[in-house]
Amino acid sequence: MIIYEYLSELFGSSVLASVIQSLFPLIFLIPFALFAVWLERKVSAFMQDRIGPNRVGKHGWLQTVADILKLIQKEDITAANADKPLFNIAPVLVFAGSYLAFAAIPFSSAYIGSSIDLGLLFIVAASGFVVAGILMGGWASNNKYSLLGAVRSAAQVVSYEIPTVLVILSVVMLTGSLSLYELSEMQTSSIHNWILFGGNAPLLQKILLIPFMFIGFIILYISSLAEVNRTPFDIPEAESELVAGFHTEYSGMKFAMFFLAEYANMFAVSAIVSAIFLGGYQSPFGYLGNTLGLSWLVPIEQFLWFSAKGLFFVFVQMWLRWTLPRLRVDQLMALCWKYLIPIAFVNLLIIGLIVLIKI
Amino acid sequence: MREYFSNIWSGLFTVLVGMKITFKHLFEPSVTIQYPDEKPKLPERARNRLYVNMDDCIGCDQCSRACPVSCIEIETVKALPTDDLGKTSQGKKKALWVTKFNIDFAKCCYCQLCVFPCPTECIYMTETYEFSEYQRDSLNYSFVTLTPSEIEEKKDNFAKFEAEKAAQKAAAAAAPKPAQKTDE
Repeated sequence: MIIYEYLSELFGSSVLASVIQSLFPLIFLIPFALFAVWLERKVSAFMQDRIGPNRVGKHGWLQTVADILKLIQKEDITAANADKPLFNIAPVLVFAGSYLAFAAIPFSSAYIGSSIDLGLLFIVAASGFVVAGILMGGWASNNKYSLLGAVRSAAQVVSYEIPTVLVILSVVMLTGSLSLYELSEMQTSSIHNWILFGGNAPLLQKILLIPFMFIGFIILYISSLAEVNRTPFDIPEAESELVAGFHTEYSGMKFAMFFLAEYANMFAVSAIVSAIFLGGYQSPFGYLGNTLGLSWLVPIEQFLWFSAKGLFFVFVQMWLRWTLPRLRVDQLMALCWKYLIPIAFVNLLIIGLIVLIKI
Repeated sequence: MREYFSNIWSGLFTVLVGMKITFKHLFEPSVTIQYPDEKPKLPERARNRLYVNMDDCIGCDQCSRACPVSCIEIETVKALPTDDLGKTSQGKKKALWVTKFNIDFAKCCYCQLCVFPCPTECIYMTETYEFSEYQRDSLNYSFVTLTPSEIEEKKDNFAKFEAEKAAQKAAAAAAPKPAQKTDE
């Protein structure tokens, strides 16, 4: 917000300012992806009592940079029988879809890509873009593994969108806002204002809400995990069954696009979960900037809190990945339709009732 | 209905149990041995590449005969009575020049059968196991300490010595031996 105003004043044009500020999440995402890939490999190694990458740089911290250099040098292969235009568009579409979500995510009180009122709805809609890209890539590859992976991904994401939306709906009933910026602003000042603990509701209502908010939080986390195709829900790219699923035929930078999109998605989902339930960019204790009287420090602190919460949930995703085995297709569908959706629905009704009676 | 809720409970609970286990392992030291930098400690009686200490070898050929795959080739030349070959570390006198002592590790099966018959304990297993080569011939190790010219010299010396001996014998045979002649 402040950054946008500053930029439009600096350039004297709101269009130029929008274009420039739309690049900010990318500046954050690329180092994040480099770090997260390294972290994933280290976490997986430590959890299996291995060492992990340790040759390139101290503790292997340059490993992903080396990987990217390798990927850039690789030949860009398009299979002879692939549908070339679709094949080439697909990775761009997947990355664009996951990048779109960042338009509505507030990084701090000073920066949000676009402060639209329907931010959450926009994010849910934009994540559908990713499915289109995956389906496109899988179909255009003209490869049975790719197609199977893509179809599985479509079935999975469409199913898991329902519990996600139901939980978001229950939060919206409580707060009355779909904008993530407003949601984050609501959960200000302290930990007990987090929506996980009932938000700004009166005390008795808060106490009644807490267990159902926890249920909602767990459902949202599980279904968001499924939406970004991470283990234990990684059947679209199940290595042991489908080679690499929908990106089997991709190489070089196009593969890197898929990879970047996956990590961007991981962070986006973590950021959304933390913005909905855990205060987003708000500090749980108050700000150093306020106590010192340095108002410019507050947005920076908020940004740090935001990335810390995001990174924590990314770490939990990795933690789950190296703990749980992959679900079978029928188990995956059973989990969604038999467990998550009914529970989310009942949860929605109960939260609706609690909000309605206004104790 | 009860089964439904117990399913949910056990599902969530077992996930947490698993997460607890993986979290514990996050802080456990790794079991990796970074091989070329650090090597695993070999067992005491590990059998790897052979080594022959030629100072102690008396050229008795016992190892070669014990070898089940015939990978040890030994050739010796007798020393002249005037040569001093020294003694082994166990005080045995050496009587043969070892002119060839080849072990072909491409054939060797690391059975250690050559080690036991050696009377001077000069052939033994070492801890070296990294000796891969691009050519199979390079695996044929020669342990001889004599230079080729020395080997030639020893052979020549022995041939000359033999020839001399033969000449002496012939001379002795040709010459009449009156003193020993007795009537038959």
